Amino acid sequence: MIHFLASRLASALIVLFGVSCVVFLFIHMVPGDPVEVMLGESAGSSEREALRTSLGLDQPLVSQFRHYFTAISHGDLGTSLHSQRPVVELLVLRFPATAELAAAALCIALVLALPLGVTAALHRGSGWDRGTMALALLGMSVPSFWLGPLLALFFAVGLGLLPVSGREGLTSIILPALTLGIGMAAILARMLRASLLEILSLDYIRTAYAKGLPTTRVIWLHALPNAALPVITLLGLQLGGLLSGAVITETIFSWPGIGSLMVEAINRRDYPVVQGCVLLISLTYVGVNTLTDLACAALDPRIRLGANQ
Amino acid sequence: MKGTALASIVLCLWTLLALTAPWLPLDPARIDLTHILAPPALHNWLGWDDLGRPVWERLIMGAHVSFLVAVGVVALSSTLGVIFGATTAYLGGWWDRLAVRIIDVFLAFPGILLTITLAGLLGPGIGNVIIALGTVGWVSYARITRAQVLSIKHRDHVRAAQSLGVHEMRIIFRHLLPLILSPLIIETTAGIASVITVEAGLSFLGLGVQPPAASWGSMIRDGTRYLLVAPHLVIAPGIALATVVLAVNLLGDALRDHLDVQKNRTQTSPITRKHR
Repeated sequence: MIHFLASRLASALIVLFGVSCVVFLFIHMVPGDPVEVMLGESAGSSEREALRTSLGLDQPLVSQFRHYFTAISHGDLGTSLHSQRPVVELLVLRFPATAELAAAALCIALVLALPLGVTAALHRGSGWDRGTMALALLGMSVPSFWLGPLLALFFAVGLGLLPVSGREGLTSIILPALTLGIGMAAILARMLRASLLEILSLDYIRTAYAKGLPTTRVIWLHALPNAALPVITLLGLQLGGLLSGAVITETIFSWPGIGSLMVEAINRRDYPVVQGCVLLISLTYVGVNTLTDLACAALDPRIRLGANQ
Repeated sequence: MKGTALASIVLCLWTLLALTAPWLPLDPARIDLTHILAPPALHNWLGWDDLGRPVWERLIMGAHVSFLVAVGVVALSSTLGVIFGATTAYLGGWWDRLAVRIIDVFLAFPGILLTITLAGLLGPGIGNVIIALGTVGWVSYARITRAQVLSIKHRDHVRAAQSLGVHEMRIIFRHLLPLILSPLIIETTAGIASVITVEAGLSFLGLGVQPPAASWGSMIRDGTRYLLVAPHLVIAPGIALATVVLAVNLLGDALRDHLDVQKNRTQTSPITRKHR
C-alpha cells in the first residue's frame, strides 16, 4: 500500500507540474500584447513598460517560466490587477463558498442517485427502470444554465420558498446545489445501475442466492461494495465537472465562490486571478482524484497489488 | 427502440434546419418595436425577444451556429487526437511514454474549466470557440485511439505489412485506423452533445458567439433578465438545446448498446432475469 501511495503521489506531482506548464503556456499564447489587453489602448508607453516589467514580460520565455514556477511553488500567485490584492488572499476568501456548494451538490447527487440506481438495477426492464433511466438521461441533457433559472423561477419567484440569489442563510444554498447536483445524480444513477447489473451477473452472487441469503443482504453486503468501485472513480472525476460547473452556477446565483471570481476576472482580463483560479481548481481536482485512487486501492486489493507488480 | 427512432427524427429535423438556415427566408436581426417581449402568437409561434426580434428565427440561426461549432470542433479534435494517439502508440517507446504523460496532464484538469479559460483568453467569436474546444477535446480521442492501436498493433496483418516494408504512416492510416472506427464513432457522438452544451455555456457566460449573431446560450442569458415577464425567451432555447442533446445521448446509447458485447452477456444471465 505504501508503494502504491508513493507512486500515486509522485504521479500527482508530475501532473501538477504539467498543469502549471499548460496554464503558463495558455497565458502566453494570448494573441497580441497582454499588456495592451490589460491596460487598453489609451495607456501611455511608460505605464505599459512599468506593467511589462512588473509582470516580467520583458524577460525571455524560459526565464519567465523559471520565475513563474519558483513563485507558485512558494505559494505566490501574484497580485490582482483589478483590486491590487494578493491572489492567494482572494482565493482563500472565496474557496469556502465553492467547497460548501460542491459538498451540498455532492450530497444531493448521492441522495438521489443511490436509491434510483439500485432500484432500477433490481427491477431491470420494468416500467420503473425505464422511467428512472429516461429521467436520468433527461437530467444529463439539461444544461445547468437553463435548469438554474427555471428552478429559481419556480421555487424562488413562483412559490417564494427560497432566495433567488446570494449566500445568506442555509436556504440560499439549496437552489445552486440542486442545479449542480441533478446532472451529477443522473450520471451516477446510470453508472450505478450499469455497474450493479454487471456484478449481479457474476457467479459469487449466484452462490450467495444458492446459499439462501435474502436479497437485501446479497445486494447491500455482496453486490454494492463491488459495484461501488467504478462509481467512486466516477465520483472523483465528477468533482472536476462540479467545480467547473460551479463557474456557471455561481454566476447564475451570484454565489461568491471561485467560479464567479474566475468569470469576473476573465471579463476584467485580470490574468493573475484567472491563473490562480485555474491552478486552485486543478489542485483540488488532482488531490481528490488521488484520494479516490487511494480509496479504490483500499477497497480493492487487486488495484494495489496490480500497482506493485 | 421507439426512443431511438424519435431521437433520430428530432436530430434529422434540427440538422436539416441548421444546415439550410442561411438559405431559408429568415431575418433573425429584424427589429419590430411594437412587439418587444411579446408572447407567442399565431404568426410567430415562439414570440419576440427584448429587442422585438423573432425568437423562432433566432432559434434556427442559433442551431446553425451550434452545428457549425460542433462539426468544426469534432473535426479538429478528432483529427488531432487520432493522429497523436495512433502515431505515438504505434511508434511506442519514449514517444508513447511522453504521450501518456501529456494525456494525463490534460485529463487531470476539468476540460470545461480549461475551455472557459482559453475562450476567455482568446476572446469571443465562433473561430476562437472552435479553437478553445478543439484544444481541449482532442485528448479523449487520443486516449481511445492510443488504447485501441496498442491492442491491435501486433496483429499478423500489421506484421505482414511491416515485413513488406510498408511505410509507417501507411500502416497506421490504411491498416490500423479502419479497425478502430467503432469506438471513435461512439466518442464522436458523445463529443457532439458535449460540444453543443459547452458552446452554449460559453455563450451564456458571454465568452462565445457575440451579438447580433444568435446562439442558444446567449439567448438563454439574455432571456434570464426578463424571466418574470417573458419566460418564453428562456424556455424556447432551453428546450431546443435539451432536445438536441437528449437525442444525441439517446443515439449514442443505442450505438454503444449495439456495439457492446458485454451487455448482451449480462442480458442472458439468470440472476438478472431473476430480478426482472
